Amino acid sequence: MSNLPPNPYNNFPGPPHQVNANAVHQTFNHNQQYGQVPQSQLPPGFGGLKQDPNSNSPAHGPASVPQNNVLQNVNNYNQSASSSPAFNQPGMTSLPQGPQMSPMRPPMSVAPNSVPNPLPPAHSVSQPSASPRALPKANPSPTPYNPSYHPPHQINDNAPPLIPSSQMSQPLLNGPLQSQYGPPSSQYPVSSSAYSSPPGGKPPVSGYGQGLPPISKPSGPASLPSQPNVPFSSAPLAGPPRNSPLIPGPPVSGPPTGMQNFSGPLPGPPRQAGMNGPNVSGPQVRPDPVMGLKPVTSAPMGPPGGPPMGPGGAPPVQGFPGQYNNGPSGQPIGPAIGNMGPPSMFSGPQNPPIGSQMPPMGPQSLPPMGQQSLPPMGHQMGPPPGPIIPAGGPPKSNMQNRYPQMAPAPGNYVNNQPPQAPQGNMKQYPQQYSAQGVTQQMGQLSVTKQGFDQLWGHHMVDLLQCKHILPEYPEDPPEIKLCHQFADASNCSPEIFRSTINRIPETNSLLQKSRLPLGILIHPFKDLNNLPVIQCATIVRCRACRTYINPFVYFVDAKRWKCNLCYRVNDLPEEFQYDPVSKSYGDPSRRPEIKSATIEFIAPGEYMLRPPQPAVYLFLFDVSQLARESGYLQVACDTLKANLDSLPGDARTQIGFICYDAHVHYYLMGEGLTRPKEMTVLDIDDVFLPSPESLLVNLSERRELVRELLCVLPARFAGVAANAPACALGAALQAAYKLMAPTGGRITVFQTCLPNVGPGALQPREDPNARSSKDVAHLNPATDFYKRLALDCSGAQISVDLFLLNSQYADLASLSGMSKFSAGTVYHIPLFRATRAWQADQLCRMFTRYLTRKIGFEAVMRVRCTRGITIHTFHGNFFVRSTDLLSLPNVSPDAGFGMQLSIEESLSDLQQVCFQAALLYTSSKGERRIRVHTLALPTASNLTDVLHSADQQCIIGLLSKMAVDRCMTASMGEAREAVMNVAVDALSAFRLSQNLPAGAMSSSLHAPMSLRLLPLYLLALLKKKAFRTGTSTRLDDRVADMCALKLAPLPQLLRAAYPDLYPLHALHDYLPRDEPGEDQEGSDAPDPPRLQLTAERINMNGAYLLDDGESMIMYVCQGVSPAFLSETFGVTAHSQLADELRALPRLPTPTNTLLHAFLDKLNDDRPYPADLLILRDNSPSRTLFTERLIEDRVESAFSYFEFLQHVKNQVK
Amino acid sequence: MAFSFPAFSYIIALILDAFLIFFSIFHVIAFDELKTDYKNPIDQCNSLNPLVLPEYLLHLFINVLFLLSGEWFSLLINIPLILYHLHRYYTRPVMSGPGLYDPTSIMNADVLTVCQREGWIKLAFYLLSFFLYLYGSVITPATLE
Repeated sequence: MSNLPPNPYNNFPGPPHQVNANAVHQTFNHNQQYGQVPQSQLPPGFGGLKQDPNSNSPAHGPASVPQNNVLQNVNNYNQSASSSPAFNQPGMTSLPQGPQMSPMRPPMSVAPNSVPNPLPPAHSVSQPSASPRALPKANPSPTPYNPSYHPPHQINDNAPPLIPSSQMSQPLLNGPLQSQYGPPSSQYPVSSSAYSSPPGGKPPVSGYGQGLPPISKPSGPASLPSQPNVPFSSAPLAGPPRNSPLIPGPPVSGPPTGMQNFSGPLPGPPRQAGMNGPNVSGPQVRPDPVMGLKPVTSAPMGPPGGPPMGPGGAPPVQGFPGQYNNGPSGQPIGPAIGNMGPPSMFSGPQNPPIGSQMPPMGPQSLPPMGQQSLPPMGHQMGPPPGPIIPAGGPPKSNMQNRYPQMAPAPGNYVNNQPPQAPQGNMKQYPQQYSAQGVTQQMGQLSVTKQGFDQLWGHHMVDLLQCKHILPEYPEDPPEIKLCHQFADASNCSPEIFRSTINRIPETNSLLQKSRLPLGILIHPFKDLNNLPVIQCATIVRCRACRTYINPFVYFVDAKRWKCNLCYRVNDLPEEFQYDPVSKSYGDPSRRPEIKSATIEFIAPGEYMLRPPQPAVYLFLFDVSQLARESGYLQVACDTLKANLDSLPGDARTQIGFICYDAHVHYYLMGEGLTRPKEMTVLDIDDVFLPSPESLLVNLSERRELVRELLCVLPARFAGVAANAPACALGAALQAAYKLMAPTGGRITVFQTCLPNVGPGALQPREDPNARSSKDVAHLNPATDFYKRLALDCSGAQISVDLFLLNSQYADLASLSGMSKFSAGTVYHIPLFRATRAWQADQLCRMFTRYLTRKIGFEAVMRVRCTRGITIHTFHGNFFVRSTDLLSLPNVSPDAGFGMQLSIEESLSDLQQVCFQAALLYTSSKGERRIRVHTLALPTASNLTDVLHSADQQCIIGLLSKMAVDRCMTASMGEAREAVMNVAVDALSAFRLSQNLPAGAMSSSLHAPMSLRLLPLYLLALLKKKAFRTGTSTRLDDRVADMCALKLAPLPQLLRAAYPDLYPLHALHDYLPRDEPGEDQEGSDAPDPPRLQLTAERINMNGAYLLDDGESMIMYVCQGVSPAFLSETFGVTAHSQLADELRALPRLPTPTNTLLHAFLDKLNDDRPYPADLLILRDNSPSRTLFTERLIEDRVESAFSYFEFLQHVKNQVK
Repeated sequence: MAFSFPAFSYIIALILDAFLIFFSIFHVIAFDELKTDYKNPIDQCNSLNPLVLPEYLLHLFINVLFLLSGEWFSLLINIPLILYHLHRYYTRPVMSGPGLYDPTSIMNADVLTVCQREGWIKLAFYLLSFFLYLYGSVITPATLE
């Protein structure tokens, strides 16, 4: 019956895909109609398959009968086989025994049999194509589900219930197929006849061995067809599969002719659905599914023809679910199954598991199908498998298809793919197999186990063997696979919300076993391009825990929803059923709150304790002796003047200035004044404010006065005679606090020296001789003056930002307190001299970004977690006001936060864990807004899953923050030790979970793919300024680096820890090759691969760019070609380059233009452009570059290999 | 005279111990409030910090009395706590006022747990020593007469 629905689809799909296979497939198409068999066949020749499906559905459906006969036969066979194959993984479970056996044999005896394996891959491929459509569904499903579930899915599919969305997507593809189906019923008879004809194929069946037996099982008619089919498919299929399992695509060409016919319809889709998903065209898959399903059933049904169709339809459905959502996946599976069946038959040898599955399929195909079809549950199951497949499937296409939702995810996969690619086929096969089969096989065959591991995404790497471990292009964060129910719910972008472990351990003891830090990183106020903003009278929140309604809530019925954090059932206000977009009433799930995990509300009155504050900016300038020498004031005033009009704010914006040296200077710009008036207060121990009302003035009303002040200010102090250096920062801050306390706002402090008079005076503590000693002292503040001041400011909604432009020790450890606890930021430019143009330029860029970026005032951020999880520690700049509430007087788009989590209760009865960060702030326009981010993560119940779902980048982000804390509370030595132990612990846990030999006992050091970069990043962290020992590091630089680690969002932090190194001498080799249409921006910018940071990668004939976010160093080696030099730098010889060049000349040469385009592209993704430094490899300051080659040994610090050895010896 | 000096020590200790019990109860409640979000950590620290030194001094005073009266057993029981107090105050965060608790670090789950546990343990200890002192104040005069 389900088939009928597909018919509509048939109409749609036919055309596109059909084209491909058309010629060959037409005949096959018939097959398709009959069953997915063709698909199964198709799998071998994927390429062909994809096309086939299309062609099948459309053209052939009705007319191709003649061809169909043959094809049908094939199909029938295929179906039997395919059903097994497709289901193999899932459905096959029922047939486990057969499959297992077969798997073994196939490899042994029949090479051709291997074809089935290829088929599976093909299926996977097809899945990808399907996946796009199915993607949403696919996302959630974990690999584990796949095997067992697929069958159910198929069933479901039959049911038709399959997810409409998936079906929809498929429909086009299916459309043709269905049309075929439509006819198929009529055709079935034909097919049956076809079957009969195929019987001849029986011999082949024997060849298939296991696969055949299943066939025999089916009813007489069925068995016959299946056998004949087998022969057909087997030959073609085997060819391709064996050749290259991975290659399913390529094989297609080879075996294609025969295979294509078969696969054309079936294989393409099924396979895609299964493994490759993405590659295969969506349409094909769908048709296949439909076809496949029916055929599958039909196969068993063989004789009945008509009846089989019904069942068959169901099976296909199952297939789809597995892959994607139920709907689509079921269909694909169906076809896939069909395909699989035949393939397995053929390929038997190739994939033992498949083969085994296949055989079972053949014989059992009917029974399984029936069973599968029966259980509606299948749908649910289906989705999970689908996801699983993607996970397992290394291929990019799969990932993408499956996870279309997650834009980044595809990238990740892609990255991973390279390493996995070789195994891709293997992975795919395992995935296809049923879970049961998998487990059984695992015990028997290590190869099988490997395949399965890959399937599930459980790859591991021997770190000691893998020299080039860094992916050439940045990896995307691992995708999050939620349960089917929320498979297509949009999760929060990993750029905003990221967890160190993407599957939360169910219990604390499991977390302890994994020995990974559990935490989340949030970048809540990130600049976003597409942020849904809604304004409504009542914001829907849980009455118990005040959680905002989000995409992961459960709707009990149309009037009630169940909170996903505390599980209370709440009423839904009437108006929530009104869709503001379509302006109609209906399903609450259409609301933007439910559609987007990141949303912004414009808050009504009850979210305000007082009227929204205006934007108030106060600038504190140090004008002491050292400050005048540095000359920063001119730069700062010029920059401020230039950006006065772009300060965020409205008509109420206020601005004020205070200067301080030994005294505090105020500038009155009140009414009646035509020029700014300076007042100096000599008493710094008990500050008072002269006429406060004219110190902070309305910017729009007094713009001219402000401009004038900014013009005269630098000159005002330039002429002051040198006197004893004295700086009364503390007094100035107290004055600023008094001035700002009634309104709140932002204080910007420019400081150049150690404050040494008045309140908050500090003593120089640093011992310059101990800069490279092992233990670093004085990381903690010398006084709590600045901290208390910050707390006062925080209470008054004032935030303090510090620009430290010191040329000597300024005790940043103490000063940073003013920013740390008031949610400010510390900017540090050591040894600043305005006469150095590049430093002035750097300050100008930094300050411009600071002035013009978005700002949120009087903000609070609350982070809520699912019951059972609590926040242990917060990291970042803020004041913690209660266990889950951060007070952020100002919030900036450049601030990130980290949270360590602890698991207090078992989560084993939960399917997923949610985190919600709600940031309530006042925009610079005086609007109260709430930005809500919601992240949902699945849970994991075993150690392997936990370790394989770790997010190494996020772990580094959290660890760096934890290490900074450890430095403060314990010592640098302990912090370093703790960082090193993270690698040891994580790899020990992995060793335990895999029963690998102990580190010292084996010659290899295994790490899961998900943690393979962990040691590298940890080493980079240890060599960072903040944590390095043995290298002379100024205390202030070290502390500034620590502040940056605490605050920086993850991408910046990672780049600072492990800078990107690009080869510049061959940029033109990395020009984007694709049509510009695809990349919206910078289609002309080259995209060179990253290199590992080791001198091995530095070629004497090259030029390199090292980018750590804050600065870029261009390193030009001696042997670089003169042509490159003249085109890039306009010099003819290497020696003509200056020792330190601070800017890249603009020349009208392609090389130069290309390089500029590349630099611009790199600068696009950071708050402000980085500095550029061009060094020759014989410049005196070349160490600036070479010290960043962190994989090499530096005195007193490990090289990467030594570090691995160290870790290996410690791993227990 | 009715009481010997040891007996007097015990009676004074009994009274002061009652205060210590109140202090530790307050301590426990305060941290519980922090944990359940009822109080702002700045306010809570402002109310807790002034009580830290008085508690330590009261405890020290009791033990000075024991020392002077030669009640070695009671003194011995209290010495670990005195040492703990000294250590605790010596390693307190950098702050300009008296007290132990820093509002910026007190919300850390570890610190919160430690402080709360410390409160309960001290409460138990003071309760037990209350009965000890009660016993002492009854027994000591009897042995003298």
